Formats: sequence, C-alpha cells, structure tokens
Amino acid sequence: MAEDREHGLEMAMGRMLQIGVTVSALVVLAGGILYLLQSGGAKPDYAHFQGAPAAASTVGGIVGGALHMDARSVIGLGILLLIATPICRVIFGVVGFAVMRDKFYTAVSVVVLAILLYSFVAHR
Amino acid sequence: MNVFDFSLALFFTSVLAGFLGAMTGLGGGVVIVPALCLLFKVDLHYALGASLVSVIATSSGAAAAYVREGYSNIRIGMFLEVATTLGALLGAYLTAKVSGNWIGVIFGLVLLYSAWTSVHKLDDQPRRGKPDALALRLNLRGSYPVDGGREEYVADHVPAAFGIMFGAGTLSGLLGIGSGAVKVLAMDEAMKLPFKVSTTTSNFMIGVTAAASAGIYLSHGYILPSLAMPVVLGVLAGSLIGSRALAQAPVRSIRLAFVVVIVALGAEMIYNGMTGRL
Repeated sequence: MAEDREHGLEMAMGRMLQIGVTVSALVVLAGGILYLLQSGGAKPDYAHFQGAPAAASTVGGIVGGALHMDARSVIGLGILLLIATPICRVIFGVVGFAVMRDKFYTAVSVVVLAILLYSFVAHR
Repeated sequence: MNVFDFSLALFFTSVLAGFLGAMTGLGGGVVIVPALCLLFKVDLHYALGASLVSVIATSSGAAAAYVREGYSNIRIGMFLEVATTLGALLGAYLTAKVSGNWIGVIFGLVLLYSAWTSVHKLDDQPRRGKPDALALRLNLRGSYPVDGGREEYVADHVPAAFGIMFGAGTLSGLLGIGSGAVKVLAMDEAMKLPFKVSTTTSNFMIGVTAAASAGIYLSHGYILPSLAMPVVLGVLAGSLIGSRALAQAPVRSIRLAFVVVIVALGAEMIYNGMTGRL
C-alpha cells in the first residue's frame, strides 16, 4: 500500500517533468522562430554586459511582452515554464508526502519550496 | 556574422555539448560556458545564464525517465535539496560580487576535477557494519532494481554529505552548471549509496538546485532570451541523441576524447582568468 503510493508519486513526478520540458521547449522554439523572423539581421552585442531588458528579466515584463507577441518575451516565457518545471516537481512532493502522512518529508519539501520562491522575491 | 548564422552555429555547438555531456554523464553545462566565452566571445555572465537554463532542461528531461524506472531516491533527493538550494542562493548572490576572472579560474578547476572523475570511475564503496542511526531516523533508505529483484540500502555519513551538497549548490549557482560530479561525490563516497542510485538521484536534484539560482539570475539580467534559445534547444537535442547512443556505442573512446576537450577548456579558462581577460 505505502509502496504503491510511493511508486505513484514517482510516476506522477516523471510524467510532470516530461510534459514540463516538452511544453517549454516548444514555446522557446516558437519564440525563436519569431525572433529570427522579426530581427533585422544584425547580431546583438553579447560581448559587453548590459543586462537583459525588463521584457525579459521580470515575470511581469515577460508575460506582458509575450501577450504582444514580442519574440524575446515569448522565448522568456518558455524559459519561465522551464524554471517552473522543477518547482512544480517540489509541489508534487509536498502533496505526495502529505497524502502518505509523512510529516517530516512534507516539511522538508515545504522548506525547499520556500527557498525556491525566495529566490524570485530576493534582490529586487 | 548575422543573427541567423550566429544562432545556427550556437545551436550546433550546443548539440555537440549536450551529446558529449550525456555520453559522459557530466552534463552539457560544463562545456557550454567555456565554449560561449572562448569561442563565441560572449560575456561571462550571459554565458552563465544560458548554461543554467540548459541545465534545468536536460536534468528535468533525464530525471523524468530515471524517477519512473525507480532508481532515484525521492526522499534522499528532497532532503539534500535543502542544502543544494541554500548553496545555490549563495552562489548566485556571489556571481554579482566575485570578479569574472575569479569565476573563470574556479570554473577551470571544476572542469579539471570533472575530467578526473570521468576517467577515474567510482566503484561501489564497501559499507560499514552498522547502519547510520541518523539515516534510519530520517528514513534515508530505499531499494533499487537489481537483476529482477530489489536490493536494500541505507545512507551513511549524513552530516558530511549535507555539507558537501551545500558546496555543490554554491558551485552550481556561481558557475551556472549542474555540478553533478560533486553531487555524486557526496552520495557515492560519503553516503555510500549504490552507483546507479547516486548518479540518478544527483540528476533528479540538479533541476531544483538550478531553479534556486534562476530567480536571481533572471533579476540580474543574466538570462538573454535570444542567446539562451539556441543553447537550450541544442543542448536538449544533443542530450537526447547522446542518451540514446549511450545504449549501443562503445563509450570509452568518446569519453577519452571528451576528457581531452574538457582539460583543454579548463586550462584555457584558468589562463584567461589569471591574465584578466574574462
């Protein structure tokens, strides 16, 4: 019974990771095609660090830009989905261990989730 | 070079990096950063950003298969992720404080270490007689499939492994890599886990570790979409081909060729860092 649930959690995490990576790669690819079509032809300057524009470095900027079909924001959206994939896997852990009534590992998963979310609010 | 040619060249380089990374088990990230900096003359911080994103993609893709086959230990992985994610936050924070030249030197040393572990294959370690009391209390145990049956194991030296994992996380955040070589060290040498369990659980943890740095990388502007796009797609495609080929090809010669490439890149990163060119 307990082993069945554990195996069920493994299968759910595996399927979720696979879907997450596939969907993000497709969004990055779509954005990439759009980018190559929209760009004037000249290569941007990658040799000197200026930092990515707001349309590609904040969650709000990326989602807003993607809605207007800005190519870099669409790629950024794919990257956000990719970053969300392992975070989602940790959420599966929180729920899965809670269902198995494993208090210690539910708590461990919550701590990992909190650290991950902290990385998105820190250093503004 | 126009943007189309540049993206195409970057894509094929990344396919090669992903292919070799999967063949050797070191991941594509260790080659992508030096390739971008040395070959394509990309700024180091942009290279770290593109590499980190590709690391999340390949590790999540590979973990999807391993976790379903029942090799990865979810509990051990989740427990050690507390250490790796905290380390990753520190590492990502340090990228803005440490000079690029120092990052280059540290990167080169990690490359040389990875090359060494790739040649010097770790064997399953002899176990101590008595199981670790802390590991039993934390339920850091499991079983994995061996020729039809399942073999039981219990983790050893938990505090030491936790400490090494914090270091692995810091390197991952500082260098934009998965630092699988250090993670395997903690689980294989300290925890004495079976090799198949430590390598697949390491892979399972890499995506979450990298995701902890990703938020900080994003807000620092390290992740350039136009640069990350060909890198992510290329490394992902290359690692898919590599893991398929792994089942059939004679790996030894490819592994040795890759080690030579890694040693050369490592030496050049150290040289460029010491002479202040990064």
